[in-house]
This record gives sequence, C-alpha cells and structure tokens, in this order.
Amino acid sequence: MSDTTYVQVLDLACGGLLLTAVLVLWRRELSVIVRVFAAQGVAVAVLVAVLATHEGSAELGGVAVGILVLRAGALPWLLRRALAGAGPARRETRPLVNVAASLLAAALLTLLAYAVSQPLVALAPSPATHAIPVGVTVFLIGFFVLVTRRRALSQLVGFLLMDNGITTVGFLTTAGVGLVVELGVSLDVLLAVLVLRILTTRMRETFGGTDLDELRELHD
Amino acid sequence: MSALGVVGGVVQPLVVVAGSPIVVGVMRQVRARLEGRAGAGIGQPWRDLRKLFGKEPIAPRGTSEVFRFAPLVLVATTLVVAVVVPFVTTESALDPVADLFAVVALLAAGTVALALAGLDTGTAFGGMGASREMTIIALVEPTLLVAIFALSVRVGSTNLAAIVASTLDDPSRVISPVSLLAAVALVVVIVAETGRLPVDNPSTHLELTMVHEAMVLEYAGPDLALVELASAMRLTVFLGLLANLFLPWGIATSVSPLAVLGGVVAVTVKVTVLGTALAVGEVFLAKLRLFRVPELLAGSFLLALLAVAASFFLA
Repeated sequence: MSDTTYVQVLDLACGGLLLTAVLVLWRRELSVIVRVFAAQGVAVAVLVAVLATHEGSAELGGVAVGILVLRAGALPWLLRRALAGAGPARRETRPLVNVAASLLAAALLTLLAYAVSQPLVALAPSPATHAIPVGVTVFLIGFFVLVTRRRALSQLVGFLLMDNGITTVGFLTTAGVGLVVELGVSLDVLLAVLVLRILTTRMRETFGGTDLDELRELHD
Repeated sequence: MSALGVVGGVVQPLVVVAGSPIVVGVMRQVRARLEGRAGAGIGQPWRDLRKLFGKEPIAPRGTSEVFRFAPLVLVATTLVVAVVVPFVTTESALDPVADLFAVVALLAAGTVALALAGLDTGTAFGGMGASREMTIIALVEPTLLVAIFALSVRVGSTNLAAIVASTLDDPSRVISPVSLLAAVALVVVIVAETGRLPVDNPSTHLELTMVHEAMVLEYAGPDLALVELASAMRLTVFLGLLANLFLPWGIATSVSPLAVLGGVVAVTVKVTVLGTALAVGEVFLAKLRLFRVPELLAGSFLLALLAVAASFFLA
C-alpha cells in the first residue's frame, strides 16, 4: 500500500469514528444508536487493519479481525437482544442535557481533545499520531453519553464508545499492543456487557423500567 | 478580470435564470411520479411565472417601500451570486466578490429583505413566518460559513474560485474526512435554507407549519413571480455551489466554446441529479416539528466544526 493511500484510508476511518460518535449523541431511537455503534466498530476495525497493512504485521491483522467480530458483531448483537426485551421504551426521551446542547458540548469536547493531545502528537509526529485527537474525542463523547443519558442501554453504549476511544488511541500511539493484552481487554469488555445486560433485564423485571434516575432509593 | 471570467459572468446568470424554474419543475415531477400522480410537467413553473408576470401589480394597503423592494433585493442578490460563483468557469468575473464571506452575506441579505417584507405587511402570518425564518437563518449562516471554511483551510484562501481550482488540481481531496463531514453539514443547511422537507414543506399552505410561504402570502402578480423566481434561483445556486465545491469536474478552464458548453452541460447535469436526489429524499421524510429544527441545525453545525477541526488534526 502506498503512503498516500495509507494516510487517506487512515483519515477516512478517523472521519467515520467522529461521525458515528456524533450520531450516537444526536439520535434518540435506541435501535438506531445500536446500529451506529456497530458502524463505529467497523471503523475501528478498518483503522487497525490499515495500521496492520502499513506495519506488515500479521499479528495486528489478526487483532483487526478480532475487533471486527467483537465490536461490529457480538456486542451490537447483545445490545439488540437487550433492546428486543425492553418492551415499549425504545427511545431516549428526556436526556439530562437536551440534544442541541449536548451537540454543542461535543463541539467543545472536540476542541478540548485537540488541545490536550497536542503534547502527545508532538512526541512523534506521524500520520497515525496526528489522529490521536480523534480517539480522545470519541472517548470524551462516550463519557458524556454515559453521564447524561437516562436509559441503561444508552449508558451502556456510552461505556462502549469510551472503550472504542481508548482502543483507538492505544493502537494509534503504540501500533501494536500485544495480542494477549488486546485479547484480555476485549474479553473484559464482553464480560462487562454481558453482566450489565443481565443487570438491565433484572432491573426491568423488578421495577418495570430502566430509567436510572428513578432508582435513587432502594425498593423492597 | 480575465476573458474566462467575463464569459462565466455572462453565461452563468443566463443559465441560472433560465434553468432554475426547470429544476423546480423536475423536482415536482419526480415527487409527483413517486407519489403516484401524473404531475404537471417540468415546464409548469415557467408557465406559472409567465401568467404571474402578465397580471397587474397589487400591493396591500398600508405596506411601505420595504414590501415593494424586497422581491427586487432578493432577485438582485441571487443574481450577483450567480454571476460570481464558479459554476461554469473556474474564474470569476468579479474576483473579490467570489469570496466565501461575501457570497454567504449576499444570500443572507436576500433572506433578511424577505423577512422584513413579511413583517411590513403587519399580518399575523407574515410576522410568524419572518420570526421562524430568522430563527432558522441565525443557525444556518454560521454552519454555512464554517462548512465552506473547512474546505478553504487547506487552500489557504476563502476565494471560492481558488477552492474549486485546487480541488480540480488534487482530486484525492474529495474523499478526505474533511470533505465528507463538510458535505453532510452543507447538505443539511442547504435543505434548511431553501425551505425543503424536513424543515419546511414548500407545497403546503398550512398555518401551523409554513415558514417561507407565510412571508410571501401577501404578494401577488409580478412581485410574486419575482419571489418565486428568486427562490428557485436560490435553490439552484445552493445546489450548484454544493456540486462544484465537492465535485468540480467538467467545469470550463479555458475560453474555447466547447469547454464553456461542456461547463454548462456539466453544471446542468450535476444540479439536476442533486435536485432529483433531494426530491426522492423528500418523499420518504416527514416534516420535523419546528422546535426540533434547532437540534438538526446544531448537529450540522457540529459536523461543520468537526470538519474544520479535522482539517487541523489530520493535516
């Protein structure tokens, strides 16, 4: 792969990451959010695959395939299963911060991400490290979704968005976290999602809803 | 002022004035066919304009010069934009006016003139339409500026002709994330600014929802014809700008008649394809509640800002 194609595909994958992170914040229907999250998984996998081709590392290529299966296949499938059991509450109806304000907050978070990652980029300027602010932005937007949304499922997507951001920054900076480390992190995320899904189902069975703001006090 | 610029300055307004009602006609025809109606044919907007121009001018009692001049201002500003923006040729007749900020300000001046005319009539609908239009333009204008600005960052100039020429030189820029994010943001604001679904429905006169139609409710005869022609021209200008900023191929770079003819054909085809795509999209969309519109525009502003940010991070 020539250098210009490498940079172009890398940049496109980063653009896809940003766009999907914004769409998660923008859309209200939970089913759309899950689909957008799957698209983001594809973008992360493409990013890692491009890095693998550039480095010529088969191990990294294997990691890319693993990421594709986990983040674009297994996790969205689990989320969709959780959604199917959720009954009529299919929309994020009243987030703590309204959608227009949270979009503007995302704009500020982008600028913040750019400002704080400048020293990291300056350490070793290359096309891959220039994309670090994108990963940091995805992480910050994920955190914002996690703290401002009320439905358990959209908070879960926020958590996974944060994880996508961390993975992206990890691969962009080191170009090859060991296979074992990546496998461990992926299994951890999968386990967290499984546990949270069971927790969501239990919550719904017990209280009839997953609006976490109404769960301030203990019921018997 | 170059020869190519002068040719563009003469050909472009003619093409825009003659072609814009046809574009509107094509869009209505596509919608009609997709909705299972026969449709009135693509020449209907021109027939309507001819009928309206033949009527006697009437102004409502109590209206001032603001009301009478607004259609002229609207047509004049759009015509200036049609002369200077690179649609058919890469060079502009009045190079300093082909600047991003000047073009956006000219287009916004037309909208403001129409909103003032809506207020001038003193009717409830006129005021309501003007207030809604101002809400929308206040959110559209920054997005429009920022989205095109994202494209101008790597060129180092806000001159639209320079942006188009540099995209022609380096076609690989078209599939960069900066272009893609800016394109999505521009499509949303163009839909909002030209009053198409899901922001405004151009084919109804329903009190609760109309925006553009509410402002022009009191116009009749030749004045109404001018307003209708100007809004068709604005739609064409916006679609042409979108097409040439992102896909400038086919635009004339030399004065030879064949190149200019090629430029005219290319811009016609691009605008018609974009208009058809917009009309097809409209069939599947419902109108958005007015209070949801700021959310849509805030989203497009964020995308435009991300485009600018990406042009700095990924440089």
